[in-house]
Amino acid sequence: MTRKPLSLTRRTLLGTAAAGALIAAASLPQALDASEPLRVAGIYTVPVEQQWVSRIHLAAETAQARGDITYTFTENVSNTDYPRVMREYAEAGVQLIIGEVFGVEQEAREVAAEYPNVAFLMGSSFMHDDALPNFAVFDNYIHDAAYLTGLIAGAMTESANIGMVGGFPIPEVNRLMHAFMAGAREVNPEIRFQVAFIGSWFDPPRAKETAFGMIEAGADVMYAERFGVSDAAQERGVLAIGNVIDTQADYPDTVVASAIWHFEPTLDTAVAAVKAGEFVAANYGVYSYMIHGGSSLSPLGTFEGKVPAEIMELVAQRTQQILDGTFEVEINDDEPRSS
Amino acid sequence: MGEIVEIFLSASFWAAVIRIASPLIFATMGELICERAGVLNLGIEGIMVVGAFAGWMTVYSGGGLWTGVMVAMLAGMLFGLLHGTLTVPFGLSQHVVGLGITLLATASAYFAYRLALPRVTTPPRIEAFQPFPIPILSDIPLIGPALFAQTPLTYLAFVLVGVVSFVLFRTPLGLALRAAGENPAAVAAQGLSVTALRMGAVMVGSGLMAVGGAFLTMSAFNSFFFEMVNGRGWICIALVVFGAWMPGKALLGAVLFGVFDALQIRLQQTSIGADIPYQIFLMMPFVLSILALVIMSRRAAIPAALMVPFNKGER
Repeated sequence: MTRKPLSLTRRTLLGTAAAGALIAAASLPQALDASEPLRVAGIYTVPVEQQWVSRIHLAAETAQARGDITYTFTENVSNTDYPRVMREYAEAGVQLIIGEVFGVEQEAREVAAEYPNVAFLMGSSFMHDDALPNFAVFDNYIHDAAYLTGLIAGAMTESANIGMVGGFPIPEVNRLMHAFMAGAREVNPEIRFQVAFIGSWFDPPRAKETAFGMIEAGADVMYAERFGVSDAAQERGVLAIGNVIDTQADYPDTVVASAIWHFEPTLDTAVAAVKAGEFVAANYGVYSYMIHGGSSLSPLGTFEGKVPAEIMELVAQRTQQILDGTFEVEINDDEPRSS
Repeated sequence: MGEIVEIFLSASFWAAVIRIASPLIFATMGELICERAGVLNLGIEGIMVVGAFAGWMTVYSGGGLWTGVMVAMLAGMLFGLLHGTLTVPFGLSQHVVGLGITLLATASAYFAYRLALPRVTTPPRIEAFQPFPIPILSDIPLIGPALFAQTPLTYLAFVLVGVVSFVLFRTPLGLALRAAGENPAAVAAQGLSVTALRMGAVMVGSGLMAVGGAFLTMSAFNSFFFEMVNGRGWICIALVVFGAWMPGKALLGAVLFGVFDALQIRLQQTSIGADIPYQIFLMMPFVLSILALVIMSRRAAIPAALMVPFNKGER
């Protein structure tokens, strides 16, 4: 029996063309069905209890509850494992991957380049690159709110001595500390700041010991960048200012106010962009600005009426100015030092 | 210089020293018992994580504080049993087994935590041990607040050093245990089981390491974080060498480490600290401990059969 090797019938021609079109369509960034939930995955180097990541996790769970996305996550991924987990999710058909690449900046970008059809929205110390259009960056630019808590702290310290305990002096920590210090100095230029870094993100006993040392040296308001600091303040009967999350419920007589990060504007903007097929490399950090609803000053709660009224007026005035765009809090990423 | 003298003269400084030293004392005693019997236990870091988790979880689930300490100890002993089984009767490499135990124990604690608390955004807190000032003694200037206004677990740590010292050097059991680490063949010749002695030592030692971990979540702090042990276990291994395998000297080492650590925290905020990068201060306790180790360990007598597996009847 003979068989023509390359017989081109109309049926096979049509079939081939259709398959080709399908492949082409699948590999092109395109508008997705907006009613379908977007497949989102989170990759975190720490457990989702960590303050910073907890805000991302919360925003994603909220979006999932709303039906905008389906959300899975992997936590406690070591930096050496990070690119592998990125690949696994990209291969599994996830459309948007969120996470933090502060320790794997280069490798994460290399992986992103291999999966041009997957959108990456990553916490990063660097800016986006137009040559890598599917890799956008964010960070918690909540300096506006940190500045407002500084105003309150400046009014609440009686010894004009504020203690600040941080993990590592990286940009996202530094800029919040500087904004906080600027606020406090505006109220009282004489304030002395004690600054220390404990060289760990997760060592509350150590953060607590460091805070004890500062309180013994005269600090009566503590800037609680780490877990453990508010505990020291509570034990010694001094005040604390929270950061990223509101912890007043746990320390009702200690935490006066907190600068809160809301990741929702960042995530929702990215999800909408991916769904519309318009996701590009951009700095999503701006969506943490107060003007975009990405940060806020916590309600005073138990400290209602205990902060001087003229300070709260100043806070309200500055808040309005920040929202109007007539007042800008300076972004300073240098390592803060004790004064 | 005046600032440094002032730091050393403040009672709160010495209180901080003892607080920092307490978890190290428990874990160092645990490691010392293991090594005295001839087994190097590198599972210490992971076993401390397990202890920190087990103790805290017990209290969080409604158990009492002392029940928590007991559960932590039992959890530690369980991992000790595994370590001992692999290293003593099977005679496997103590380095490999120890590091394996650290990885397994850390991961198990993490796994158990996530199973128990799948959806929490901030780590839950417990009512931890509170300072319990001892009447009269806590009124002594300087020493009083430092030594006698601590939490009950800290008192237990100091009592433990005395107990370990007594058992090791004043009882037949201690003699047999030390002999198992020096000359196991002689122990076997006396009709005693080297395996039983070493297994027992590893289990009790691991239990104490776990209590050291539990101190972090139940006394120094009141909630559990995955990386909160943060290398304290490895420090304890150095402290055993520093103490030349003697409980009293090891206690001294732990306190000395506490002094260096509490000092660097306070030095950072003095005029000296203004111009020096903070990393130098964080490094200080480790650098000074290594220096002290070099000086102290020159005359240290290592247990002769440390890391040497014993097979009965083998020549």
